[in-house]
Amino acid sequence: MNFLRNMLHPASAESAGTAVSMPESAAAQRRERAAIDASTRIPVLVFYASAVFWLLFGSLMGLLSSLKMHHPTTGLLADFAMLTFGRVRPAHLNAVAYGWAATAGLGTAIWLMARLCGTRLVNPILPLIAGVFWNAGVALGIYGVLAGDSRSVEWLEFPNYASPCLFISYALLGIWGVMMILQRKPGHIYVSQWYIFAALFWFPWLYGTAQIMINFVPAQGTIQAAVNWWYGHNALGLFFTPIGLATAYYFIPKIIGRPVHSYYLSVIGFWSLAFFYSWNGMHHLIGGPVPLWMQTASVVASCMMLIPVGVTAINHHTTMRGHFHLLKSSPSLRFVVFGAIMYTATSLQGILEAVPWFNKLVHFTHYTVGHAHLGLYSFFTMMMFGAMYYIIPRLVEWEWPSARMISAHFWLTAVGSLLMFLTLTVGGFLQALALNDDKVTFMAIVDMVNPFLQFRSLAGLMMFAGHIIFGTLFVMMLLKFGEKQSGPTTLGNHEDSSL
Amino acid sequence: MNRLPTLFAGFFLTFAFAWLGLVIIPYIQLEKLGPHESDDGTMLPLPPSGIAQQGAAIYGREGCIYCHSQQVRPANRGSDIARGWGTRATVARDYIYDRTVYLGTMRTGPDLANIGARQDSPEWHHKHLYSPETMSPGSIMPAYTYLYRVQKIGRFPSPDAIEFYKTDTKVAIPEGYEIVPTEEAKQLVAYLISLKKASYPLPEAPSE
Repeated sequence: MNFLRNMLHPASAESAGTAVSMPESAAAQRRERAAIDASTRIPVLVFYASAVFWLLFGSLMGLLSSLKMHHPTTGLLADFAMLTFGRVRPAHLNAVAYGWAATAGLGTAIWLMARLCGTRLVNPILPLIAGVFWNAGVALGIYGVLAGDSRSVEWLEFPNYASPCLFISYALLGIWGVMMILQRKPGHIYVSQWYIFAALFWFPWLYGTAQIMINFVPAQGTIQAAVNWWYGHNALGLFFTPIGLATAYYFIPKIIGRPVHSYYLSVIGFWSLAFFYSWNGMHHLIGGPVPLWMQTASVVASCMMLIPVGVTAINHHTTMRGHFHLLKSSPSLRFVVFGAIMYTATSLQGILEAVPWFNKLVHFTHYTVGHAHLGLYSFFTMMMFGAMYYIIPRLVEWEWPSARMISAHFWLTAVGSLLMFLTLTVGGFLQALALNDDKVTFMAIVDMVNPFLQFRSLAGLMMFAGHIIFGTLFVMMLLKFGEKQSGPTTLGNHEDSSL
Repeated sequence: MNRLPTLFAGFFLTFAFAWLGLVIIPYIQLEKLGPHESDDGTMLPLPPSGIAQQGAAIYGREGCIYCHSQQVRPANRGSDIARGWGTRATVARDYIYDRTVYLGTMRTGPDLANIGARQDSPEWHHKHLYSPETMSPGSIMPAYTYLYRVQKIGRFPSPDAIEFYKTDTKVAIPEGYEIVPTEEAKQLVAYLISLKKASYPLPEAPSE
């Protein structure tokens, strides 16, 4: 019976196994797990440290572009070519997407792979080289964007001398992923592993296709735009989303100590995501100069996203049921569950935005920018913070030095990101209504949106403050700052060794 | 889902299906799209001049796409045509000569698909790029002063010099100096003026 249970509820296998075995073998298991964690130390810390750097740099760029939108001429280095809005804005996107989010995601994926394969890191030099190439590519790319070599294709701005670095890095990680899975302990392939393998396999194909057809051997005319949004949407849907969901599928059951509610729902959720998300991209071009059949296919596929999103939301919520009180004490769980809820929210909003009558209204407005931040920040970034709060103590063998700072980090980023979302959503919706009414002059719209943009800067400032706190905590961890603690750092006064 | 080969076959098939559908088939459908010969023998769209193509690169480099779209949606899909941004919706054929397609996703500023048909004065564009607020009060567009040189007037004023009105207090030019566009500014303005998408009829897109 236990065997069957483990088959159906893979996440429980480990804890159930611990429960029935002898105390000595439990201790041996714990030692083995610590050895696995230790084997990932250097590569994962390289990914995490650079991710934190890019997070700070990227949010600074974001703050600067936000300020420039309501103070375009006064101060803020207006006459300096490298810091003009049109360069700082893509530097922000690329720094936070490729520098922060992808780097943190890859670091998390490496750690999860080792844990879930039940094996120490195979060829640790490969992910390490991949990390170096990745960061070189991002640094070179961002320099290129600021220096005036931007390709001006959204999500693919990096000049042709930078993007191959990213491709090589990713291909190395793909090869390493295959080596890892071939070395895995016999047994189940976990849900989180499907998502990670899929992301490792899809991204080089996706990135390679887009780079060749847009930047290296440009296809004619609007084929470029179609490939651009096929890439842009899939980078979110088939790279960031799988890694974010792998994180949720691992940490929620792990921290609360119970299996994922339903294995079958996970299967449906995964394959419907793979099948429908990959067809979503053209909803960015509704009404645009690409064949109508493509737009229609993407609108249909976008609506079908209700299946993977609904299924995943039900699965995570039912797993969490009865354990929501743990959000008070576990830093990781708090960030991860916040991210999981925002995944559902941003996905449902995305479906709405793909419906043609609504798209006609909010296309080309700040409403979409709000949606983008809900997805890449409130969902993905918060998910990564959660994973890092869990993983880093196991890498540096030190506990987080300040519960108060973690709490401040959470509230500043959670409230800041929701405030940014609300500001852009309301401002963007009013902008949309005005844009669709041709009697409202364009300059009246610019004036009307301005206060919302100022408010957005305020929200961004809150998030930036949160990042500074997190960056400080990260450095304190590396330096093993403070007193040695006997147990993990929890928020509030809860005593629970499972956290 | 314990068998690796099955899992990878699934990854491959789902992704290959979308790749064929949204990349390869559209490529086959659109790659041969050529210009259309109108009744008077003109080939449409008009091929861009060399200087306009150089200007397109400046447009890309400065990130104009983050605030300006270059696409006109059909009359039933938004107010684009009612706002005078084109006489018809833009179609794939309008973009066949663009090295990089700048469709854009944001309208912090107006659509520029046919800005050259709406505003064809280089003088206006230069003044606007140098000081957006002067030409368009309330504008939040960045000034591109670094595409211009402020130089001492020689024996004769430069024929290229941009004449701001004395009343334009937003622009401070020291006495005895003039503002002259660099080559890059001239290229950018040539590009903007060349943008006349959606201003000529095509068989698949007659003017509305």
